[in-house]
Amino acid sequence: MTEDALRLDAVHKSFGRLEVLRGIDLTLARHEVVALIGASGSGKSTLLRCINVLERIDRGRILLDGHDVTARGVDVNEVRRRVGIVFQAFNLFPHMTVLRNICLGPVEAQGLPREEAEERARGLLERFGLLDKVLDYPDRLSGGQQQRVAIVRALAMRPDVMLLDEVTSALDPELVAEVLDVIRELAEGGMTMILATHEMGFARDIAQRVAFLDDGVILEEGPPDRIFTDPQHPRTRRFLQRIIAAGRL
Amino acid sequence: MVFTALALVVVNSPGWPEVRRSFLNVDVFRESFPEIARRFLLNVQAFLLAEVFILVFALFIAVLRSLPGAVFFPIRALAVAYTDLFRGIPTVLVIYILGFGAPALQLQGVPDSPFFWGVVALVLVYSAYVAEVYRAGIESVHPSQVASARSLGLSRWKALRFVVLPQAVRRVIPPLLNDFIGLQKDSALLALIGVLEAFRRSQVDTAGAFNFTPYVATALLFVAITIPLARVTDWLVARERGRYQAEGTL
Repeated sequence: MTEDALRLDAVHKSFGRLEVLRGIDLTLARHEVVALIGASGSGKSTLLRCINVLERIDRGRILLDGHDVTARGVDVNEVRRRVGIVFQAFNLFPHMTVLRNICLGPVEAQGLPREEAEERARGLLERFGLLDKVLDYPDRLSGGQQQRVAIVRALAMRPDVMLLDEVTSALDPELVAEVLDVIRELAEGGMTMILATHEMGFARDIAQRVAFLDDGVILEEGPPDRIFTDPQHPRTRRFLQRIIAAGRL
Repeated sequence: MVFTALALVVVNSPGWPEVRRSFLNVDVFRESFPEIARRFLLNVQAFLLAEVFILVFALFIAVLRSLPGAVFFPIRALAVAYTDLFRGIPTVLVIYILGFGAPALQLQGVPDSPFFWGVVALVLVYSAYVAEVYRAGIESVHPSQVASARSLGLSRWKALRFVVLPQAVRRVIPPLLNDFIGLQKDSALLALIGVLEAFRRSQVDTAGAFNFTPYVATALLFVAITIPLARVTDWLVARERGRYQAEGTL
């Protein structure tokens, strides 16, 4: 039996009286890329943070490889080692070199010997054209380079699933492409990913499925061609019209 | 300008010749300085020893105080009570109470020397201040840094150790040095419980010579170490500022 890589059942999350997620159902097959679209504040970031257990959900279940990661007694650190997340603002550690940024997780969380972790890090940096930055501190890098390092840092944990939270939103337009190229390569390599994004053209290109998140629920999901050309729900239509008006599709 | 004017006022005051005789007597200075300088080594010993313990103990207090969640409330409350208490009592009183009180308990295996208890008092008082400095540093590290570390599967403790504390401590080095300067000066308070350090020695000399020059000699010794340290602190602050301004242009 092939289990889903990731399955969300009726996930609810509130902050105080604000209900951010109001029953999310979402399933990812292995090697599938799902683009999560929706306006700012629709709950995209919260949803990704819940999957990484950075936020505790109030109700529902999140199954990783068939195992409930939100159950009591589950080692959240173990879950996080298997679910990589990359943030909009990079969040690299400014006091560490690129190499140490990347090796921190494998060495301290996975217990990998340092030489092995460094070898792994160098391999990834080479693959994404960053090998010459290995001993630089983050503040010496461009935004695009920082975000690529952040992606490599998550990849160094050899995660089963990658969550990308608007990873190009904080970048200057000319730096977006280099980051998207990295993501494209990951998708081609078969990485299971959820991609919260405003880059609709890109989402259409690499995602097998698009899910439109609106006010804490997934209003509509389906193959990109259908969602982008023939959205069923009036709210999806309105959202996409605004995106097109902004020249992003 | 102001200092020059002030100096002129002092030098031209009616009592100046008398003050000069009793505070700036070259012969008394020559006589007393070597022994005071030798005793000053005891001050150096006291504040160096105290500083080592302060840096460690205060960090411990600061970490306890920043533990999250309801479970740790009693520990947090304890840390708060500690800092409130020892920042509230005048240092002189802590030194008196420990210096005279602790040896009187006649506890087995516990030193009863005034030097030991004086250093303990300094550690207790200064740790309260330094813990607050550390705490400010810890709180200045953005929560996204913790989220980032935890998202890699690091435990709370490892996120603190590898990500939060290194950044926090780096940011508070200048205020830490500032407190260290204060500590150096307060090592003179050990004189009050009978430790024969530089200040106590100068008191003795002053009484013997009917001349206050030994005090000036002691003051010079303190200034000779605190001023260089103050300059180092300034330099570090300037360097840190330069680093932040350079950000984005590099």
